Amino acid sequence: METKAEKREKQLLVSIGPHIGSEESIPRIMWAVSISLLPAFIISVYYFGLRAIAVVGVSVLSCVIFETITQKMLKKKVTISDGSAFLTGLLLGLNLPSSIPLYQPVIGSLVGIVITKHLFGGLGYNIFNPALIGRTFMLITWPRPMTTWYKPVAGITTMDAITTATPLGILKEDGIGKLIETFGDKMNLYINLFLGNRAGSLGETSVIVLLIGAAFLFYRGYITWHIPFSFVGTVMALTWIFGGKGGLFAGDPILHLLSGGLILGAFFMATDYVTAPAIRKAQIVFGIGVGALTVLIRLKGGYPEGVMFGILLMNCFSPLLDRAFKAIPFGTIKRK
Amino acid sequence: MNEKINYWKIFKNGIFSENPVFRLALSLCPAVAVTSGVKNGFLMGVAVLFVQTMSNITVSIIRNFIHPKVRIPSYIFIIAAWVTVTDLMMAAYARDVYKEMGLYIQLIVAFAIILSRLESFASKKNVLPSGVDGLGMGFGFLIALVLIGFVRELLGKGALWGYQFTPTKPLLIMILPTGGFFVMGLLMGFFNWINRRFFGGKASADVHMEAHRHGSH
Repeated sequence: METKAEKREKQLLVSIGPHIGSEESIPRIMWAVSISLLPAFIISVYYFGLRAIAVVGVSVLSCVIFETITQKMLKKKVTISDGSAFLTGLLLGLNLPSSIPLYQPVIGSLVGIVITKHLFGGLGYNIFNPALIGRTFMLITWPRPMTTWYKPVAGITTMDAITTATPLGILKEDGIGKLIETFGDKMNLYINLFLGNRAGSLGETSVIVLLIGAAFLFYRGYITWHIPFSFVGTVMALTWIFGGKGGLFAGDPILHLLSGGLILGAFFMATDYVTAPAIRKAQIVFGIGVGALTVLIRLKGGYPEGVMFGILLMNCFSPLLDRAFKAIPFGTIKRK
Repeated sequence: MNEKINYWKIFKNGIFSENPVFRLALSLCPAVAVTSGVKNGFLMGVAVLFVQTMSNITVSIIRNFIHPKVRIPSYIFIIAAWVTVTDLMMAAYARDVYKEMGLYIQLIVAFAIILSRLESFASKKNVLPSGVDGLGMGFGFLIALVLIGFVRELLGKGALWGYQFTPTKPLLIMILPTGGFFVMGLLMGFFNWINRRFFGGKASADVHMEAHRHGSH
């Protein structure tokens, strides 16, 4: 125990902060997040074939190239080695269907990197998640290619592919009965969703590998439980309450948890340092907001999936949330 | 007024340094709503040009008879009168266009840019400069709408003035309202850049603030 005098002594020492150095840096974090997405990428190649490599490759490459060009044009230091553009490209690619024409990710990257990121001031200043804005732009511009999903082929060389709807698409159009019928029984449905054997965006399908990546991020301390857990918890609670056809508390929260882009969105995109609040309490409110918007769109909206719009809409509120939950320094007198 | 009035400068002011859309950032709502094509943008621009010029002249003529306390309602009446003239003229002589544009023409009454110029310019200046200012602002608005419409129609529909020259729509988002904001923002940034790079001027946000300080709306 320190005595009072010792404490005062410490307080009286004057030196210029910051006092605690950290080994962490932007490149380290960005590359670690990229590595944590590697399992999802590998499994997407397993399920959707070599096309997955092409789509993700084009996204990553065009993001890095656009970052270089923009920073050259704005006469800024070129910072492609910090991995942020690489990560944006990776996230964008993993959020696309395998069948997309390959010029489209290029335009998506252009919108994400140039407009969303650099025209707002570059890394750290962007209001919205660049990868998600790129994807939204693509979804609205090319609605058909962006919602043409293929059944996983489970074999790298298999070329013939069958189009099908995503589980959430089937749920929206034909109801839960049809969805269970497609997969056999309910248990089978859960297992297939958990393993990722279903139609969907490249990186979103396999819950288990995404959780492995997320566990790595938790282990390194790059993400905390606040955003992902409040987000996922809200989605599960609200779909349980309102998701069913026959009255309240009849929904299927596990189905909603395992389908769509919920896990990818909650652990890898809603937690983006730049576009999410930094204060813990604000992060919880942020997560609840994203979850509520996601459920609202999933159950009542025109689109089957709402994670992307939910995150983007709450991105707008991040600065306000941070301000609302700003810690009051000890001893501050409340103004009336 | 002893000094000689530079009419060319007043006219140019509305097109470049105080362009209603790109510099003053006024009347952005119609600038997004009617610019899904060059043609609509052009016609809207012409209508605004007419209403702006005539309202400016009218207000300038009777500016000494309007009591300051009721000036805003009076301006609205004057604008409404000229909008009605435009509305009836279009209904009589350009029926096809009117069917498409009729609603938006009537909305000109509420355009911020028109009221703003009456308040900040026409109510203080003589008839001739006021008319020239109306022409300049009107042309500035017209040019802005045509530019936005040009980009949006070209990218969104693959067409210009209704003539299709691509089989599909290249970037559907551009003809949706979202695309309107994208194009307007990018063009505004482009104009700011030109202004700063070649004329050493201010960004549109600063111009906007100054316009506010001068008592306009």
